[in-house]
Amino acid sequence: MTDRKPLLSVQDLNAWYDESHILHGVNLEVCEGETVTILGRNGMGKTTTLRSIMGILRKRTGTIEFDGKDLMNRPLHHTARAGIGFVPEERGIFATLSVEENLTLPPVVSPNGMSVDEIYDLFPNLLERRNSQGTKLSGGEQQMLAMARMLRTGVKMLLLDEPTEGLAPVIVQRIGEVLQTLKQRGMTILLVEQNFRFASKIADRFYIMDHGVVTEGFDVAELPARMDTLHEVLGV
Amino acid sequence: MWRNCPPEWTPCTKFWGYSAVTMIFGIPIQAFLGQLLIGLINGSFYAMLSLGLAIIFGLLRVINFAHGAQYMMGAFVGFLLLSWIGVNYWLALLLAPVIVGITGIVIERFALRRLYNLDHLYGLLFTFGLALVIEGGFRYFYGTSGQPYATPALLSGGVNLGFMYLPIYRGWVVVASLIVCIGTWLLIEKTKLGAYLRAATENPTLVQSFGVNVPFLLTLTYGLGAGLAALAGIMAAPIYQVSPLMGSNLIIVVFAIVVVGGMGSIMGAIVTGYMLGILEGLTKVFYPEASNIVIFVIMAIVLLVRPAGLFGRDA
Repeated sequence: MTDRKPLLSVQDLNAWYDESHILHGVNLEVCEGETVTILGRNGMGKTTTLRSIMGILRKRTGTIEFDGKDLMNRPLHHTARAGIGFVPEERGIFATLSVEENLTLPPVVSPNGMSVDEIYDLFPNLLERRNSQGTKLSGGEQQMLAMARMLRTGVKMLLLDEPTEGLAPVIVQRIGEVLQTLKQRGMTILLVEQNFRFASKIADRFYIMDHGVVTEGFDVAELPARMDTLHEVLGV
Repeated sequence: MWRNCPPEWTPCTKFWGYSAVTMIFGIPIQAFLGQLLIGLINGSFYAMLSLGLAIIFGLLRVINFAHGAQYMMGAFVGFLLLSWIGVNYWLALLLAPVIVGITGIVIERFALRRLYNLDHLYGLLFTFGLALVIEGGFRYFYGTSGQPYATPALLSGGVNLGFMYLPIYRGWVVVASLIVCIGTWLLIEKTKLGAYLRAATENPTLVQSFGVNVPFLLTLTYGLGAGLAALAGIMAAPIYQVSPLMGSNLIIVVFAIVVVGGMGSIMGAIVTGYMLGILEGLTKVFYPEASNIVIFVIMAIVLLVRPAGLFGRDA
């Protein structure tokens, strides 16, 4: 899995919110078709890493290469066009748009995306409620919608920030199934997750973040041997 | 039974056929309907102007004090096109908004854009200063006296509606402004571009992260808002005189209307524009002394009772 050329390569990434220095030289790589999870406690810089890769957080230094393209000096709206889709922690469903308008809002960046019909097959709830106001959906449905709208665009890679946060176990399971489907379709996924049990079922590889740096990375096969360290670092 | 009601409750009665003057609410119906029409015409301009302000504020978070100057520029562009190169009203109706819209795009691209990261007050102060410069410039060349702009031949004259005489041009203004307002509303509520605008109003960063060129959208929106003001200006030219100060007289009232309707609410701006125009007209019938302040009284009451405005979202 790791001997392939990385699709996303982040080197020595530093990032700041105003004056506070959050990321202190993050290094990570994600290969094509891989699902990688960043683990770590609250406030260690996981979300900041995703926001910096995406270009939402502009005060950053280092190198970010995606699919052979340098992402550092591009405006924010070029990141999606390079093929990365971002699903934020707060989901970002628009209240003034219907479910279907939310779904079809992001511009298509490559012809490899799913059609609206295929998406409705994958998320039948959204079809039923397509004319509802976006924020009238339940938390789980909003998370589905936030993921679904990136699938239409044909991005190669998804950045998912805590997709299971605050959701009921049955919904978490459903999101796990959706991610498995996406993996089978060849989607590359970088996942930030607090729910270790959830992440351990779908990830191929893990990174652990601590105080703004990646401290270790390992394959899913090494997971049993690493459990003690994980307990210590994550408190799981 | 109606005889027992107080006279102001009995519409159009007072001895049918015996009285020369038909009364409504104790007022001659001609006066009532005449002021209603004037209110509706003023309301048409209020609606078009507050609509542009609401769109600009919604997306750019800029309180566009230059809106009155842009309205005045629309009228002046029409006047100058006619007097310099004989461009008629109908062509000016298209050209004035485009020309003023382009000046708006230039202003956004080179000046306003630099203020988005600062406090809203800077945008307000900048556009206020800009309005003074634009109005001062026109005043330098054209003075404060108004320039006449002839009503287009096709729309001159009037029709007798039985109860009153309606100048055709004024009827046209009411119809045209309704079309403009409904058209703009449909553009924002029913099209893809409108969906981008609405989404970017809520969360511009996220929309840009989807790959939408939000900075370009902001430029376009300011141009559209300025163009709408100019369209109102050229439509106003044959009714009011074309004068450098025509916008600053109007803009304060329009700001009050936007506050009553709710900052950033498109439908609120349109409905409140017509509503307060009519209310102002009717106040002229019933209590003329209050007609200049009625909109501000309503604004004060709305701010006390419902600070987000009648159609505002986060009350």
